[in-house]
Amino acid sequence: MTGSSDAPLVNILNVEKTFGDGGGFLSTAQPIVNALNNVSLSIEKGDSFCLVGESGCGKSTLARTVIGLHPPTKGEIHYQGTRIDSLSAKGRQPFKRKMQMIFQNPYASLNPRMTVTQILEEPLKIHEKGMSKVALKEKVEEVMVSVGNDPAWGPRYPHEFSGGQRQRISIARALMLDPEFVVADEPISALDVSIQAQVLNVMMDAQEKRNLTYLFITHDLSIVEHFGSKVAVMYLGTVCELAEVKNLFDAPRHPYTQALLSAIPKIDGSGVNHIKMSGEVPTAMDLPSGCVFHPRCPYANERCRRDIPTLADNGNTKTACFAVEEGRV
Amino acid sequence: MALLEVKDLEVEFPLGRVTLQAIRKVSFSLEKGERLGIVGESGAGKSVAAFSILNLLSRPGRISGGEVLFEGRDISKLDNRQMRSIRGNQISMIFQDPMMTLNPVLTVATQLIECLKAHRKISDKEAWDISISKLKEVMIPSAEERMESYPHELSGGMRQRVVIAMALLTDPEIIIADEPTTALDVTIQAEIMVLMLELCKSNNVGLILITHDLAVVSQVTERILVMYAGRVVEEGRTQEVITNPKHPYTRGLLKALPQENTAGSRLNQIRGSMPSLNALPQGCAFNPRCEYANKECSQLVPKLEGHKGHSAACIHTKEIPPFNSELGKV
Repeated sequence: MTGSSDAPLVNILNVEKTFGDGGGFLSTAQPIVNALNNVSLSIEKGDSFCLVGESGCGKSTLARTVIGLHPPTKGEIHYQGTRIDSLSAKGRQPFKRKMQMIFQNPYASLNPRMTVTQILEEPLKIHEKGMSKVALKEKVEEVMVSVGNDPAWGPRYPHEFSGGQRQRISIARALMLDPEFVVADEPISALDVSIQAQVLNVMMDAQEKRNLTYLFITHDLSIVEHFGSKVAVMYLGTVCELAEVKNLFDAPRHPYTQALLSAIPKIDGSGVNHIKMSGEVPTAMDLPSGCVFHPRCPYANERCRRDIPTLADNGNTKTACFAVEEGRV
Repeated sequence: MALLEVKDLEVEFPLGRVTLQAIRKVSFSLEKGERLGIVGESGAGKSVAAFSILNLLSRPGRISGGEVLFEGRDISKLDNRQMRSIRGNQISMIFQDPMMTLNPVLTVATQLIECLKAHRKISDKEAWDISISKLKEVMIPSAEERMESYPHELSGGMRQRVVIAMALLTDPEIIIADEPTTALDVTIQAEIMVLMLELCKSNNVGLILITHDLAVVSQVTERILVMYAGRVVEEGRTQEVITNPKHPYTRGLLKALPQENTAGSRLNQIRGSMPSLNALPQGCAFNPRCEYANKECSQLVPKLEGHKGHSAACIHTKEIPPFNSELGKV
């Protein structure tokens, strides 16, 4: 599903992001955290692109970098062929309305002092100055209905709603500007199981009706299999496997993906039967040399400890792994 | 006689003019070495039910009815001093967030030894040795060095291992674990669950596992209680409940999980959300969300009934078609 232009909707090129600095006058040196290392991804129009990985792997940092909440340290981000990471705040404005974000915790992402109507009108008041009151009201109602909320909730405050209702309000806020690209950072992990299904359905409906492209961040792999079209598995700030969702779940190639998939609790009574990884996730302040996964990888050898693997085609998936390349897995 | 028997437990929270009933007539039992799962969504009362066993209810919550029989003795009416000989000794507890459980300013050693010496008259040296052996039991590498660590120096998984070691220190009869892996990553969760399962089996310790994750429960427990709005709505052997749930709520929960070969389609959802405790509907609390509800459902509260140890609190169990949705892998 490619859009009218040939360029992918969002193109992430060799992005690196580090936090912290070496200190300066009157400040002690902070350790440098390498949150993202040379990440390149391209998201096509209509994709539900999922980013998965464990806490600290950089998936949220990547999402925030893409949407412009913080600039990349190195690398470029292109939106439909235009480089956006280097734009000024003003130059970025037209892109901002096309890219919206849904946050994890609907208790923290909605301003408790604003009514639902105020929350939903705010983006329009910024980006569509001079929109008439009637048009505003109609838009709010249209979006509220489309996410399954009662438009009569308008004058109420966020604390009056349950978690699922709040998350639908924050989805509505993201949809107010008719965006093309929506970044959803763990949008359902704060919700109960029966409510997760409701919110996912709303997101899938919205995608169908509004032609959205999602960048969906989650640690829950069962959701990815259901919801996603493409998936990138991240480990310590590095993409280690990139594939169509179906291919990844049918035949994961990277040793980390295999371990991750085997750890999903299954309900079919097969018991716990996961691939054990040795050791702990190293800290991003002190990355291992070579492949970042090598200290925990059962297939690691001398080359893995020395060189950094890059994403390469391997049949149906792209993997960054020497062991896969050399046929040792 | 069961090791632990909870009979018609009622817990209420008097809040000024209103009194909220968090738990209504909840009964269950646990045999020695048995693993029981309590499942439900937030607000269902599963944590309150477990906390009330050890009288850990936060004020103003109180047990307003029923009894908690441990080894035949009602422990719900014990005073704090008597309770202390059981709590953390014969019945211990693992909480959700290990960072909140462990004291950030004390080393692992201090905390483990303190816990042991509170229950037993032993020397520091003996306490140190027992602590080390428990740390080894929960597979903590270089246990001697870790004894001197502070909680912040350990990863989330290691911290939860320390908490499990602490729960095992006094060789309890029962461990109550309240969402022990919810704060952890999926690979760590798998490790911790395997560990808990093995430890409970090898030490013949009973486990009450409280969680919202049906998949985790199905892997670890032998029996399962499903709670909704303060009541038990279904009870039975885990495999039986998972493969052939009788109560519409349990069925709804299972159907809401993404299943094999349904990728891209809409998930089955339970309409609405759990009612708040101060606005419970008349009759069956689930009736406003239930696809089978009729007039009778909004009039009387259904009893937990069934046979062969699998029971459900629903008057429609006979009419509901068998649950044959294919719950394969997630």
